[in-house]
Amino acid sequence: MSSHAHTGHAVVVEPSGFIRKYIFSIDHKVIGIQYFLLALTAVCVGIVLSLLMRFHLVYPGAHLPFVSGGIMTPEQYLALVTMHGTIMVFFVLTTAPQGGFGNYFLPIQIGAPDMAFPRLNMLSFWVTFLAFVAIIAAFVVPGGAPISGWTGYTPLSGMGEVTGPGEGMGQTLWIVSISLFCLASLLGALNFIATTIDLRAPGMTLFRMPLTVWGWFVTAILGLLAFGVLLAGGILLLLDRSAGTSFFLPAGLVVNDQLQPHSGGSPLLWQHLFWFFGHPEVYIAILPGMGVASHVLSTFSRKPVFGYRAMAMALCAIGFLGFMVWGHHMFLSGMSPYSGFAFSVLTMSIGVPSAIKTFNWIGTLWGGKIQFKSPMLFALGFVSLFVSGGLSGLFLAQPAVDNMLHATYYVVAHFHLVMGVAAIFGIFSATYFWFPKMFGRMMSEPLAKVHFWITFAGAYCIFMPMHFIGIAGGIRRYADATGTNYAAALQPVHVFMTYAAFITGAAQLIFLFNFFWSLKHGAVAGKNPWNATTLEWITDSPPPIDNFGGDYPSVYRGPYEFSVPGYRQDFIPQNLTPEQAALLK
Amino acid sequence: MRLSNRNSSSGSAAPAAMLASLIVIMVAATVYVFAANPFPSRPPAAITSVGLLVDHQYFLTLCVTGTVFILSQLGLAYAIWRFRDRGQAAHFTRGNNTMEMIWTTATIVLFLGLGLMGRKAWAQVRFTPAEANAVQVEVTTNQFVFNFRYPGPDGQFGKLDPTQVSASTGNPLGLDPKDPAGKDDIVVPTLTVPVDHQVELLIRSQDVIHNFYVRELRLQQDAVPGMVIPIHFTANQIGHYEIMCTQLCGLGHYRMRSFLDVVSEADYQNFLKQQGASQ
Repeated sequence: MSSHAHTGHAVVVEPSGFIRKYIFSIDHKVIGIQYFLLALTAVCVGIVLSLLMRFHLVYPGAHLPFVSGGIMTPEQYLALVTMHGTIMVFFVLTTAPQGGFGNYFLPIQIGAPDMAFPRLNMLSFWVTFLAFVAIIAAFVVPGGAPISGWTGYTPLSGMGEVTGPGEGMGQTLWIVSISLFCLASLLGALNFIATTIDLRAPGMTLFRMPLTVWGWFVTAILGLLAFGVLLAGGILLLLDRSAGTSFFLPAGLVVNDQLQPHSGGSPLLWQHLFWFFGHPEVYIAILPGMGVASHVLSTFSRKPVFGYRAMAMALCAIGFLGFMVWGHHMFLSGMSPYSGFAFSVLTMSIGVPSAIKTFNWIGTLWGGKIQFKSPMLFALGFVSLFVSGGLSGLFLAQPAVDNMLHATYYVVAHFHLVMGVAAIFGIFSATYFWFPKMFGRMMSEPLAKVHFWITFAGAYCIFMPMHFIGIAGGIRRYADATGTNYAAALQPVHVFMTYAAFITGAAQLIFLFNFFWSLKHGAVAGKNPWNATTLEWITDSPPPIDNFGGDYPSVYRGPYEFSVPGYRQDFIPQNLTPEQAALLK
Repeated sequence: MRLSNRNSSSGSAAPAAMLASLIVIMVAATVYVFAANPFPSRPPAAITSVGLLVDHQYFLTLCVTGTVFILSQLGLAYAIWRFRDRGQAAHFTRGNNTMEMIWTTATIVLFLGLGLMGRKAWAQVRFTPAEANAVQVEVTTNQFVFNFRYPGPDGQFGKLDPTQVSASTGNPLGLDPKDPAGKDDIVVPTLTVPVDHQVELLIRSQDVIHNFYVRELRLQQDAVPGMVIPIHFTANQIGHYEIMCTQLCGLGHYRMRSFLDVVSEADYQNFLKQQGASQ
């Protein structure tokens, strides 16, 4: 189908039945919205879990009506830790930017009618959905949800119920869920790569692609190389638990005075497999956000992206280096200290392309004409949060300093700012930016601004003080923060963070209301409400089934032609022929 | 197609001022807490020379990242305020290769230099083995306790047999009763070491992964089943310190801790004598 697309002869017929149109759709736009709604559901669950954790840390003895037994137990707390991390990393930070916005906008931004493999795309979503059902089911099985953290380190996760509640059926469901998710993401990554390489409109050279497309493209390559490794790890772990193998379990394990029947495996092997996936995963979460930030900063500064090629190259460099640094999660794991030092130097070098991006973002703003629309506010917030969260990584990248900060709240603060909150700000920016295109209506700008101010201030109030708890030696994943003598002195800081978390969490209701209210009542958007340049803005809002109504665009210039001297209009769309553009002089 | 010559500048001063001020306030508050230490937000003093090296490297990193943090956040805040839409035309530029080269080179030198300078504090503990006369103590972890074993007067650890492990009958490590070298081994739940004398810990675990962490030593090490991991330190302050498990090990993780007592050489010899007599 797609090979005919650019000749204008593609015939894409909209399916008539509800099920083919909205449930088992092969339209990338519907699938994108399905991914987005899945992530929206998941993020609501994830936020509630985090608020319960924050509440428990401050009021450990409180009676909670929905907790069996009334008072939250340590294993229930650890189940929250595990499920919050898993749901947020996989079903929000990976699902929304790539599965959601990537699916919807990558084909349109390169001028294609759909993804390269529409049915595979549908399969990816529904396997992801199954994975989500599996992880939610872990809450209700006997023993409850797993307690081994989102990293699922063996032997804790490898031996079944002997190591703790939740380590039976709950942990098995966790592994099944993660493995399904990996499978789905592999298929998705393949589709994204094929689409980007093969379906670009005439004239859409690599260096005319919007930086959003670069972000999704590099993310897909990371996904293709990383998810397969975790999938393999997940299968081996499942075999260790259910088939009596010992890939990750050494000889001589004794639990409750009982010798376990395993021998010959290595717990560190799981960590290597997990982090070989896990570190690229943090870039999978943040690279699409970087693309969106670049795109939005340029659009609302009315200036081309400063150093476009450097930005595209930096994305590639981050992706490339991202595969050589997984060992920085394992400095103190018992891995060779010489490897640790090599991983340290490689990790420090990732700071270089990250800094290039930051400087270019500020360069894009410099001399601009900044319009503070809600997508822009979140993009600016993204830059600030990325700088704050990224710089703390330079401490953790050094094994000597890691000696004092590893496994403390400092680490929690670092990765929440840089891959959690910053990535979420990328998602919010994308939502406010593309909502008009996806649904044909504008979101309420005043509500969006209130949402931004509370979320931006709130995120810093939660996560900045968390660094200090970590520096003082507050250990993460403790069900009771006062478990050590000295940490009790930090309790007032925990109280402050908990209040900030509840206020920030409540502010997300404003977003939810705005989203659903605007679907029906928002002002009609028109084709190009932001006066933007890329191909999604030349088609209807929402776009027709084949994206361009049979009239496929050709591309004549780069994606960020804003305020070009000599033109009456401060933006020149990518598809205008030189003759058409000349009329704007 | 709509032209964008409408005057959209009205209303950009308020959000620009607000966002720029929020960023400045955030930077000021962060710097204040680091500088003034209004609540106990620093670790206690290090009690090893390597710990001081770690602190030095931490401080160096704080200076470098702190400078970059302040400059880039304030630069961002300045750009937000200075270049807000006041109806002006944007200054058209696609970038500047000289500046790209400058900031790329600067960050390479700064970040890699920092990483290489941190080598010493890591190498002193991890690249060199313990001295021959170091006091050897074996650390064994299981859900959710630490056990510390001293070899006793013969200087030999007795053989361990995992089938004999029985915490309920007083043999948590599974000491093999048939091995004479194990007869004088001392097994205690807290760690006592002599001051100013190198100590080598042999860290192992019986069940899941745990961790040995003492803030004052600036030293953390995972305890991994199937491995015996040696680390060493020389404590130079007599005192009573907390040992924590920092690796998620199950429902009792938060209460898995022990204590490190650094004592004088004479007190250490007394400790060995008393424990040897009672076991």
